[in-house]
Amino acid sequence: MKNGKRGVLDEPLICERGSPGRVGYSLPADDLPERDLNQDLSRELCRETLDGLPQVSEGEVVRHFTRLSQWNLSAATTLYPLGSCTMKYNPVVNELVVRLPGFAQLHPLIPDDCAQGALELLADLEHCLAEISGMDAVSLQPAAGAQGELTGMKLIRAYHQDRGRPRKKVLIPGSAHGTNPASAALCGYEVVEVPTGPDGMLAAAAVEQFVDAEVAALMVTNPNTLGLFEREIVQIVAALHAHGALVYLDGANLNALMGVAKPGHMGADVIQFNLHKTFSTPHGGGGPGAGPVGVKKTLEPYLPVPRLVREQEGWRWSELFPRSIGKVRSFYGNFGILVRAYAYILAMGSDGLTRATRMAVLNANYLRKRLEQAYDLAYSTPCLHECVFSDESFHHTGVKTLDIAKRLLDYGFYAPTIYFPLVVSGALMIEPTETESKETLDEFADALLAIAQEIKDNPAVLRDAPLTTPVSRLDETRAARHPVLRWEKK
Amino acid sequence: MRYIPHTDHDIAAMLATLGVGSMDDLFAQVPEELRARAAIDLPPGKAESEVRGHLTALAEANPVSPGLLTFLGGGAYSHFVPVVVDQIIQRAEFATAYTPYQPEVSQGTLQAIFEFQSLVADLLGLDVANASMYDGASGTAEAVLMARRIVPQRPTVLLARSLHPQYRQVVRTYLDGVPGVRIIELPWGADGQIDAAVLEQSLDDSVSCLVVGYPNFFGVVEDVARLSDTAHRGGALLVTATTEAIAFGLLKSPGELGADIAVAEGQSLGIPLSYGGPGVGLFACRNRFLRNMPGRLVGETVDHEGRRGFVLTLATREQHIRRERATSNICTNHGLCALAATVFLCLMGKQGLRELAERNVKKSHYARDLLLQISGCRERFTAPFFNEFVVAVPDARGVGQRLKEQHIVAGLVLEEWYPELKDCLLLCVTELHTRVEIERLVKELRMKSEE
Repeated sequence: MKNGKRGVLDEPLICERGSPGRVGYSLPADDLPERDLNQDLSRELCRETLDGLPQVSEGEVVRHFTRLSQWNLSAATTLYPLGSCTMKYNPVVNELVVRLPGFAQLHPLIPDDCAQGALELLADLEHCLAEISGMDAVSLQPAAGAQGELTGMKLIRAYHQDRGRPRKKVLIPGSAHGTNPASAALCGYEVVEVPTGPDGMLAAAAVEQFVDAEVAALMVTNPNTLGLFEREIVQIVAALHAHGALVYLDGANLNALMGVAKPGHMGADVIQFNLHKTFSTPHGGGGPGAGPVGVKKTLEPYLPVPRLVREQEGWRWSELFPRSIGKVRSFYGNFGILVRAYAYILAMGSDGLTRATRMAVLNANYLRKRLEQAYDLAYSTPCLHECVFSDESFHHTGVKTLDIAKRLLDYGFYAPTIYFPLVVSGALMIEPTETESKETLDEFADALLAIAQEIKDNPAVLRDAPLTTPVSRLDETRAARHPVLRWEKK
Repeated sequence: MRYIPHTDHDIAAMLATLGVGSMDDLFAQVPEELRARAAIDLPPGKAESEVRGHLTALAEANPVSPGLLTFLGGGAYSHFVPVVVDQIIQRAEFATAYTPYQPEVSQGTLQAIFEFQSLVADLLGLDVANASMYDGASGTAEAVLMARRIVPQRPTVLLARSLHPQYRQVVRTYLDGVPGVRIIELPWGADGQIDAAVLEQSLDDSVSCLVVGYPNFFGVVEDVARLSDTAHRGGALLVTATTEAIAFGLLKSPGELGADIAVAEGQSLGIPLSYGGPGVGLFACRNRFLRNMPGRLVGETVDHEGRRGFVLTLATREQHIRRERATSNICTNHGLCALAATVFLCLMGKQGLRELAERNVKKSHYARDLLLQISGCRERFTAPFFNEFVVAVPDARGVGQRLKEQHIVAGLVLEEWYPELKDCLLLCVTELHTRVEIERLVKELRMKSEE
């Protein structure tokens, strides 16, 4: 029995449960006169069966998914220190307001005069994000950070196209998230990697060597994935602008900047906001998030449609932006996520947002300090919201970064982001966020220090880890070699 | 601030550990000229009760059922959502986890996605489904990009003009910048299905794929079997895009009819309208195209002791490994919405989804029959439909305006999206509409169209 000896209950796949004829639904009595279905939709258009669907009772469904939920660690359960993911506390009140009928049951094609509350919320959210980031205009349409990147690069392409040609290359540092090169490539650009300096940062002089008339843009994350503020960002932007190229600033780490520095002031032409990170919307086991983009005036004509416009009688959507790149998804964006982010901004206010950034940076530096005796810092440069260690100090023992991550699970913590950024050997990338208390940080640091001691005294325990989780280490090679991607009736 | 635990004492103790004099010292890396201008000009923070009050006022400015009776579809649908769905997705263990990078403590998310993949593959009648896309529209664009990867030497994409206008718009935006690509839109015939003669003429060896709505934007059920024959004869792939997933409860699956890639918006499966998002993109294909698929995949495996478990797999297609050579830039899925769809499908089950689909057919056809009895109302298309249909009404826009004064949104005025469809309304009727509501619509529409 799976899990039997691990102290939690086993649970098969839902399709392996149930019995023919059992149901978990109810429909109200049919209030119409009788009709012949086959007259309306002929039999030959209809499928024979839906054999793949389960036949289970409502109680069985609740128990099934309740058991599954217990096999997850989550940000609500424990510290979830995934670097660059900003797993902060997700306020419960936001789950309540998003379910208000006027939001949850609002049809996207309702006439604008029946959606004024929603439109006002969206307009104010655009304003808040522009104010926080120092950008001139915002589109809330992109569904996720990666789609925000894609949108931003489409804007840049449209801008250059308007000036004669789209250009050919996009510069991206090696420490960037993989979505950066993937998004640039999706827009037809050749990706050129710019090397990170020995201090973990880009040097303006180094970037300058790569800039020419074929460069459309630089994509740069600030603070970067090492948690370091790009100190020469203003000079780097100037180097790009001098050649007519633009700067895409990846806003994934905006949680380190609120009230401290605005991307708009750094010279960024476009940024994306990851509302599921900085603005606390739940990560949902991998989405839905939201990835709005903010732009400077020069790029505003290209923003996705429809856009909100203010008229005498109120807000309305307008498609009348002939230079727009079009649309990246249906309707207006992940509205439910936008409502949550807006509620968060209201609750925090300018004072709370600024404090969030300051405490996030304090927490990361505190962990960095407590761990630096036992683990090798990738770079000695002071960090902002996250700290990155390498596998240097334990490499010789045969213990791998992966082993440390798995052992942390036994201590009751989720693991940091590992093996990223790629520029650090065996990276351990830790982002505690501002919502963790000093006591929790101390417990987490104590766990990592205890593991460092285990590496010296009893490395075998790391290689067997995790020992306390519902399953032990899983065979990923087998999963990839012989893909089983769905349940099938035996 | 209630979300941030630090006391003055904590801060002092932590700064002492750091050996740093003040909080500002932690930001020494940030140039002074940036810090000096960074203050945020927004109101101060609000108490929970104030946040609730403010958002309640905004929500109440949007009239919804029962105050407003709507017959809108067009890519977003009102359906019954069992209360269990929302209860499960609010469990913090699901809602506040992230992408399951550590599978040993993410088996809940992983098994649920594996179940989602199984159910979606079955509904769409194809071999394999991914862990979901953002929505139906971007999923359709990804399907077109995928088709182009499979047959890269073929630059032309055929889009049915009856495909959801926003889906077409998203495909165009995604394809802009892809060198050499050409998009051709195919008209519909008198019955509302794709014009077969024009399709035949347009299909040459430059065509990578044909994309067709199933049902299409007008609710019309396309003859997918014939379209796939035609497409395959020309060496092209057939992509179907479905906006109303409840239709799969009754209609033959796209895979059964020969589609190579099937995409759908899954919002109808237990996800609220929420002004158009978030929903969830369903995405399935034939096994032989697996390596070209975008998005996350969960696979079954075993742990060291031989117990069944689940992991993210085939990641070598993805951006975090392949970077600029990845199959897509997508990095997550719409996990929590995929979970909602999974719970919904489990509750409805084999019998319930069918019954639900049948109820939609019955209610919508009942409404259509009554509407056509109104003098001046005509059926615009003759082909079979699922739960949406187009009715020609003289002065559709004016009638719509006058009905709104009676708190009824009768449907979508199609002229805004299709200038050639003047005076046409697209109506959607689902299981949620009662007979009384349908008859009220008919009565009011009769009165307003005779005014």
